[in-house]
Order: sequence, then structure tokens, then C-alpha cells
Amino acid sequence: MSRAPVILSFLLLAVLGNAFSPENPTDRKILVLLDDLSIKSSHSLYFQSLQTRGFDLDFKLADDPKIALQRYGQYLYDALILFSPTIDSLGGSLNAAAILDFVDSGHDLILAADASASDLIREIATECGVDFDEDQSAMVIDHTSFAVSDTEGDHTLIAGDDFIQSDVILGKEKIEAPVLFKGIGHSVNPANSLVLKVLSASPSAYSANPKSKLSTPPTLTGSAISLVSVVQARNNARVLISGSLSMFSNRFFRSGVQKAGSTINHEKSGNEQFVTEISKWVFHERGHLKAVNVRHHKVGEADEPSIYRINDDLEYSLEIYEWSGTSWEPYVADDVQVQFYMMSPYVLKTMSTDQKGVYYTSFKVPDVYGVFQFKVEYEKLGVTSLSLAKQIPVRPFRHNEYERFITAAFPYYGASFSMMGGFFLFSLVYLYHK
Amino acid sequence: MEKATDLLSSSQSMFSLKSLKLKTKQQELLLRISILGLVYILAFITRLFSVLRYESMIHEFDPYFNYRTTLYLTQKGFYEFWNWFDSESWYPLGRIIGGTLYPGLMVTAAFIYWILRLLRFAVHIREVCVLTAPFFASNTTLVAYFFGKELWDTGAGLVAAALIAICPGYISRSVAGSYDNEGVAIFALLLTFYLFVKAVKTGSLAWSLASALGYFYMVSAWGGYVFIINLIPLYVLVLLVVGRYSMRLYVAYNCMYILGMLLAMQIRFVGFQHVQSGEHMAAMGVFFLMQVFYFLDWVKHLLNDQKLFQAFLRITLTCAISVGVIALGVGTASGYISPWTGRFYSLLDPTYAKDHIPIIASVSEHQPTAWSSFMFDFHILLILFPAGLYFCFKRLSDATIFIVMYGLTSMYFAGVMVRLILVATPAVCLISAIAVSATIKNLSLLVRTKTKPTQAGSGKGTTSTKASSKGALDQSLPYQKNGAIALLVGAFYLLTRYAIHCTWVTSEAYSSPSIVLAARGAHGNRVIFDDYREAYFWLRQNTPQDAKVMSWWDYGYQITAMGNRTVIVDNNTWNNTHIATVGRAMSSYEDEAYEIMRSLDVDYVLVVFGGVTGYSSDDINKLTVKFFSPFFVISFSVFLWMVRIGGGVFPVIKEPDYLVNGEYRVDKGAAPKMLNCLMYKLSYYRFGELTTEYGQPPGYDRARGVEIGNKDIKLEYLEEAFTTSNWIVRIYKVKPPKNRW
Repeated sequence: MSRAPVILSFLLLAVLGNAFSPENPTDRKILVLLDDLSIKSSHSLYFQSLQTRGFDLDFKLADDPKIALQRYGQYLYDALILFSPTIDSLGGSLNAAAILDFVDSGHDLILAADASASDLIREIATECGVDFDEDQSAMVIDHTSFAVSDTEGDHTLIAGDDFIQSDVILGKEKIEAPVLFKGIGHSVNPANSLVLKVLSASPSAYSANPKSKLSTPPTLTGSAISLVSVVQARNNARVLISGSLSMFSNRFFRSGVQKAGSTINHEKSGNEQFVTEISKWVFHERGHLKAVNVRHHKVGEADEPSIYRINDDLEYSLEIYEWSGTSWEPYVADDVQVQFYMMSPYVLKTMSTDQKGVYYTSFKVPDVYGVFQFKVEYEKLGVTSLSLAKQIPVRPFRHNEYERFITAAFPYYGASFSMMGGFFLFSLVYLYHK
Repeated sequence: MEKATDLLSSSQSMFSLKSLKLKTKQQELLLRISILGLVYILAFITRLFSVLRYESMIHEFDPYFNYRTTLYLTQKGFYEFWNWFDSESWYPLGRIIGGTLYPGLMVTAAFIYWILRLLRFAVHIREVCVLTAPFFASNTTLVAYFFGKELWDTGAGLVAAALIAICPGYISRSVAGSYDNEGVAIFALLLTFYLFVKAVKTGSLAWSLASALGYFYMVSAWGGYVFIINLIPLYVLVLLVVGRYSMRLYVAYNCMYILGMLLAMQIRFVGFQHVQSGEHMAAMGVFFLMQVFYFLDWVKHLLNDQKLFQAFLRITLTCAISVGVIALGVGTASGYISPWTGRFYSLLDPTYAKDHIPIIASVSEHQPTAWSSFMFDFHILLILFPAGLYFCFKRLSDATIFIVMYGLTSMYFAGVMVRLILVATPAVCLISAIAVSATIKNLSLLVRTKTKPTQAGSGKGTTSTKASSKGALDQSLPYQKNGAIALLVGAFYLLTRYAIHCTWVTSEAYSSPSIVLAARGAHGNRVIFDDYREAYFWLRQNTPQDAKVMSWWDYGYQITAMGNRTVIVDNNTWNNTHIATVGRAMSSYEDEAYEIMRSLDVDYVLVVFGGVTGYSSDDINKLTVKFFSPFFVISFSVFLWMVRIGGGVFPVIKEPDYLVNGEYRVDKGAAPKMLNCLMYKLSYYRFGELTTEYGQPPGYDRARGVEIGNKDIKLEYLEEAFTTSNWIVRIYKVKPPKNRW
């Protein structure tokens, strides 16, 4: 009777639950929030590239009162694209805190700001460790590495080519053409260790209002200005923050680019490649690792003990796989290290790999007892940070595990037995020899 | 029917009167045994107040560790216990339990448990643990009887047994539930002393072997054995100096020392200390001195020439002493002989701990004793003690010299540390018993001899008995009989007062389990605060199995025993740095503390807070020794010591930062660091919203009687996880690091 709804709801849960699973980390369902629906067509190339990769895009106006990220405690989407730089308050029950909660529960976010970005957008960015220029009318201006265009402009169309050196984030193929960027710059909060500058401005750039005269020195200058940044949160949610919405637009995708002072005229700007590759990273199609089958045991044994003894020889192994977008492939690296840790690492070893995803090493437990941890802290630029800790106590010798008859003790044995014999003889002599 | 029974009973009584007419000696024996039997039972039942008032439970702090280990011993067997490496305490260092405890108590309780199981009594080990201390207190009365008999006479023995059975100084550590080493150790201590005195008196190898075994039991039970191993050599030395050296002494001491030492080495925690530690060197020195003495005696026996012997004596003594001094010097310099420990120093110099080892000074039972405590714990014994000493000096023997030395040294130590009143108690009881017994005996003799001559009528000069001599004396003092009767009544009155005082103290002050707090409500009814157990059971039920709880070390044993969770520090204060790290975390700002807690993998923080109930011994309180109500002496000065111990290792923590004009304050005038340190924040989080007392502003701290200074406390890195119903225990969860930073 009442079972049917229960089963139904379980089914529903199952459907919702498989949206983002550790087994299949690639995002499937994406909510796109727009300022107005014209963006849908003006940025259609970008959206199409996502859709062809299998993503299910759900376009909504940012002030649509019906938008909701979650229902009954379950998130409805795996990722969020915020292409609504000017929106002051989102529709429905959505606000900055809800979006940050969305990220904190492991979901991804692409946020594009623009000149005159709203406080809401700025707040979300600030919470992710990125501070947009506080001047509302400021844009990034560069008089040396701007993109040459037909109309002599104010040098706010920038040809950026200072990319982060990471194959994981930007793909193996080198981005030849500069990326066109027109928008506001931001700085990265030095207190935040998780945010990365993906596209930086050139040393000659600065952030100011292009329409007015520069009266005071600009607050943001040079390569401290970041044009595009990414954050990989501790729960491996990924966030992309760009100061320019037009970077994703069809116009920039298609236009050619010639950097000022350069003779090379690129047919096509680097935007399409850059944006596609970085969204592959953001949506976990690349650089997503998982570690499984953490095993440790004594040499010559197979079972995992609950406690080790000092000076035991042990073997430790784990398997690391990388998500290729469709399947889990073995992850190959030569820099995965394991620590045997108690307040400080007592053993630090680089693990060997069989190229099939298995990493293994063996070492001797130090001559110190206590509660140790096998720690793998694998933090590499762009890839999922692996942080595994497994607690294991190490005990001292039992009373019967010490060496029994040591040579150094023979004099003592001799002394005690000769003493006993001597005492016996003395007693005999003393008692019966008078 | 009634008639028949009447008849029966009367005939029975007639019969029994006739046939069981006992001789005086037999009567005396019967009387003695029944008195002793009653005292034995009395000693047991007077310690049951706590069970009746509360329930059969383990008290205080250390007993919880003892209980936990005993449980482990009974479940896993002796070898597992011996090799136990405990990963639940002192995270992440762990503790080798088997090698760092005195196993005597646990083995005793487990043994009793196993015997009871063998006899088909299905008892729980907790009941055995709860009743171990009263049981051994009863046994102590027997030893006291025999000791008193050995020192003086059977009367003194009986009085000693009765006095020690109810003496508050002993009861404080041996009520039911106070399952601590001392409960067994005082029995072992007195037994060892008794057997040694017996051995010296008889010169028998058997008695001194028995005393060595008693010593072994004492070593296995309590660290206070150091007192024995220093008092006995001192006693021997005194006997040597006053010329009471004898073959009996030689046999008794040598056998006891050598066997006792070898046996004591079998205890892992003691190990080679008998030959390697400075505290045990006195015994060894006296042992060699004895040999020199014996050798000299022998030479003297061989040599008839007095002059030659004098020269020989001089050479031998100089050689022996210089060899001894050189050996000690070389041993100490090379590090083979470890220097005296801080605890030992603090006994010799009461101010030492305060300046050098805050961890020892931070425990209230290590504070110098207040006068009131003496009065509280000894009552009339304090007055009888000097009288007893007088009697001992009047009848000097090897045995009385021993008890005098035991009494005087232990009284000194009792003055240095509150908890050592316990060690002094048996001596005080024995010496007072001598005073009581001797006085009453003399007085009653006076009373009886006075009546005899008047009845006999003839009186003068007929016999040369004592009675007549007393009678003769009496005539010179006409009011002596009345005076004696008055004095007897007075003594009886005093002893009655003593019994009343002891019962009152036991019931009011020493039977509180301190894990359950009781207070009087507004209408005189008893209010029970069971917050500790509430909190520990919350931990047990609601936190992950491997969660690590940080608290001040006082609560460590209880958290592991009752909450079954890993703790960072506990009452076994073996690692000062680790404790100081916790102290530093508690007295730092929240962000600094967070770093420390992350490095120690802390999941939960537990603080004890008395602001709502007015419970004064909470974490934030300062040292409050209340002279007029000594049962609050056991109040820890925890926060002051957190700062002090933390600052002792990490100079970043400076005590003056927390003080205002040399005073600890928590109200508006408190130091800014005080108002924002972790301890303060955790204690007073959300306290500003609470009205605790009628007519006072919200945030009124009843334990300190002030309105708190920082009512708007925001926690950034921790969140409140649980607060008990009376706010006594508050538990906070350490948040994981921020996701996006």
C-alpha cells in the first residue's frame, strides 16, 4: 500500500543520485543562467560544444522566479554556468550563499563577469578567492598587447597569451593564437592557496576606466591582473571565473586576431580552443583522479593487520585512476609519495608504479611506537588533489619477542651460576667440615 | 507455647552459663576477637556511604583508568595486559600501559574476581573494583591490630584497629568506588612495616622474607614504595647510630633489602630503579654500611687489641665512606645513577614544584596541607599523637623507635602535600592508640585499685603488688579516684566525638564520587548533576569510533574509560610537552588554536564549565583553596595552569597577558587576551544569552560571581556539538578546513 510511493521515491533518488557519482565524475546536467536569452544565440558556439560533448543544458533567465538548484535536499544540477554578470538578485530562492553551498557540496561553477558586474557576482567571486576591480567602470587596458582591430579603439580588447603551464587544465595541444578578452580584471587573494591564474594580463596592462582620464594610479596593474582564474576546492569542485563574458561569444570565437606589434595574423582567435579545453577541465573531463584499493600488509602476508610492531617490514599499495571522460584509465606518474606519519613524517617514499595504475612500495616501520598514519598527499597542478590518511598504531615488542639468549649476557649467566655453585659448596664446607 | 520457649531459653541460658563459663583468658580472647570482628565489619560498612547515596560506581579520575585496565585484564588475560599498547590515549604517541603502571591493584581485583567466579558468584568486575578499597581497609585494621600488639600490647592493637577503621585521613582514599592504588597500598605499606618490625624483633629469616614479599606487593601497587625504601634504611641507620645494632637487625635488613630489591625489579615500571635511581641509593648505602659494620664487629671479635682496632676502624671507615662517595659521584656523573626526580625534590623542598614543575604543582592534592585539613582528617588524633610519642619514648624499643620515626617523617610529608596525609594516617593512628590505650589502662587501674582497698578494708602494706603501691599513692592524692573517673569520662567523650566526627566527614565530604555532583536545592532537597556521564555517553554514542577528543588532562581517563574515545592527554602526565601543547591551544586565539588542533587531528574539544551551576572547579577557575571548608580543597586551578604549563614550554604564552593587576578576571575588566582565548570562548559561548540567577543580568557567572565580559562570542573554526543539561560539560566539534580557501 504505502510501499509503492516509497519505491518510487527510491527510484527517483536513484535517478537523481546517479547524476554525479564518484564512479562517473563528469557532469551531466548543467544549469545556465543568463541575463537575457539573446546570449543563448550570441554564445551558441560555446553551448553547442558542450551539448555535443553530451551535456544537458538547461537555460533559464537569472531572475526567473522558478529556478532552484535543489529540491528536497537533492541537487538538480551538476554544474552551474552563470552568464549573467549584471544580475543583482537571482530569481527563486537562489542567492550567493546558495551558489556557494552548491560548490561546497562538490558541484562546478563557471562564472563570467563583465564590465559593470553586479555586487552579487563580485561577492561570489570574492568568496572563491578572486577580487574584481572595485571600480565599477574599470576595464583591463593594455597599450602594448592589445588585439589589432579595424577600428582604432581604446585598447580594451586584449590579446592574451600568458597561459598557465599545465597540460591538465588547458589540454595537450598548445594554444597558438592569443585569446581575445574584453572585460574586467581581477586579482587573486594571496591568502587563498587554491586559486590559480589561468590567463594573466601582460606586464603593461592596467585596470582603469577607459573613458576618463587616469587621475590616480590604478590599483591593479601588470601581471598581477588575472583575466581568467580557476579554483579547485578541497572537495574537488571546480570553479572558473572569467572577467569577460564576450570571451565565450561567437564573435570572438570566429574573429581573427593579430596582436599589436606582431606580424602574425591568426585566422582564428584562440578563444574556442581555450574555452573548450578549460571547460573540459572544469567539468571533470580531465584531471580527475581517484585512489582505490589502499592496501598495506606485512611482507609475506596478505591480510591487513590492525596494528604493526616496530621494525616490521611492510608493503603499501594503492591504485590511482584518471577519468578520461568516458572511462577510468590508469594514472601514470612517477611522483606519488607515501608518508608514514606521526606528527611528522618518519618515512617518506616515492612509490613505484606498474604503469597500470598500481603504486606500491615497501619499507620498514621506524623504531618508534605510536599511532601512525599512511598519508598520501598528492597535489599536482590541475589534477584532483588526493589526500588519503589511514591510521595504524605501531606497538613496541611484546615481552616474548625480544631476543632470548644474547651473547653479551653470557658473563651474567656465568656469574649467577658460579655464585649459586659457590654458595652451595660454601654451605657444604661450612656445615659439614668442622 | 510462650511458656515453653521461655522455659527453653532459660534452661539454655542456665546451661550455657554453667558449661560455657570461661576462664578470664578465654573471655579476654573471645572479647578481643569479637571486637576485632566488629571493627573489621565497621571499617567496611562505613565506606559504603557513597554506594548508598549514589550508586555502585567508580569515583573521580584515576580510578577510571584503573577500572579500564582491570576490565582489560579480566577480558584478555594477563599477558595481553602486560603487553598492552594503548593507542587510545596520548594520541598520537600512545602509551605502553603494561610498562607504565603499577599492576598490583588491577591484579588484586582481577584475582578477587576470578576467585568469586570460581566460587560461582556471578559478579561484575565493576562491583569488585568498587569494593576493593573497603575490603583492603578492613584488612588494614587487622594489620594495625597486630602492629599495635607488637608495639605496645593487645589493648593498643585493638584501639589502633578501631581508630584506623574510621580515620577520615584513610577513608578519603578508600571509600567504596575509590578504586585507586592507595586503597591497596596502605594495607601493603602497613603490612611491610609490621613484618619488618617483627623481623627486627625476632631476627628470623622467615619474617624478613615475609616483609620482602610485603614490600614486593607494595611496589607492585603504588609509587609510594619509595617511602618504605627510604624509611627503613633511615631506621636502620638510626639504630646503628644509637648503638642498637644487633644480629637480628643485620638478618632482617639484608634479607629484606636484597630479596625486596630483586622482587621489585620484576615490576616493569620500576625496573632497574633500585640500582640506578638516586632515590633508592640510601637503601643501598645502608646495605653496604651494614656489611662494614658486621665486618668491623668480626674484626673486633678477632682482635683483642683495642688500640689496633681503633686504628683499623678509622682506616676502614674512611675507606668505606670514600669508596661510597666516589661510587655515587662517578655513578651520578656518568648518568648511570639518575638524579632525584622532581616529585622527590618537591617533597624535600615544598616550594620546588611551584617554581620548576608546574605540572606537579597544578594538582591540588600536591598542595601544602592546610591546618584545617589536619584537623579534618585526624581530629583528636592530632592531640593524641604527641602524647603517644611521649609513651613511645618512655618505653623505647626497636619497635617503638620505628613507629616514632615513621610517625615523624610521615607527618612532615603530610605537611608538604595534602595527599600524603594518607601515608601518615596509620602511624598517627598507631601512636595515638598507644596514648589512648596506655592512658585508659592507667586510669582504669587507678579506679579499680581505689575500690579494691576500700572493699578489702584492711588496706595497708599487706602485699607488695602494684595495686597496693598505687593505693599508697592514692592516699597522698585524695581526689585521684574522682579525677581518674572524670578523665575516663573525658577520654570516652573525646573518643565518641571522634567517632561522630569520622562518620560525619565520611558521609558528607569523602563519599562524593565527584563524577556525579550533588547540591542542595532551594528547598533543602538534593539536586544531582549527572552532566559528566551525560557528556561521556554522548561522545560514545554520537562521535565516530576513531574521533580524537581534546580536553585538559584531568578528564582524559574518564573520556577513554566512559566515552571510549581517543584523547590527546590524560591523567598519566608523562609527557609535559604534549600537555603544554594542549595548554597552548586552550590559551591561544581561535585561529592559532585551530592550527594546533589540526596538527593533532583533534575532532572534538571538551571543556568543563561551572558558570551555570556554580560548580567552582571548572576549567576556567583559578586555584581556590578554601581554608574553612576543606572538602573543596580538591578544586583544580585548571586555567591558570593551562597558561602556566603551556607557557613553560612555549614562551609565546605569557601569563601576564591574561592578568589584570595580577588577577585573573573574566568580567569586563579582564585582559583582552583572556576574553578572546579559546578556553574563554568555549566556556562562555552563547552564555551571554542565558539568565542564570534571578535579579542578575544575563551572562552572570555563578561560579565566579561576575557578569562575563565578552557576551558576543562568535566561533569560526569550531561549532558547538553538545552541551549537557546543566552546562557543566560542553563539547565542540572542530570544523574541517574551509572548502574554497
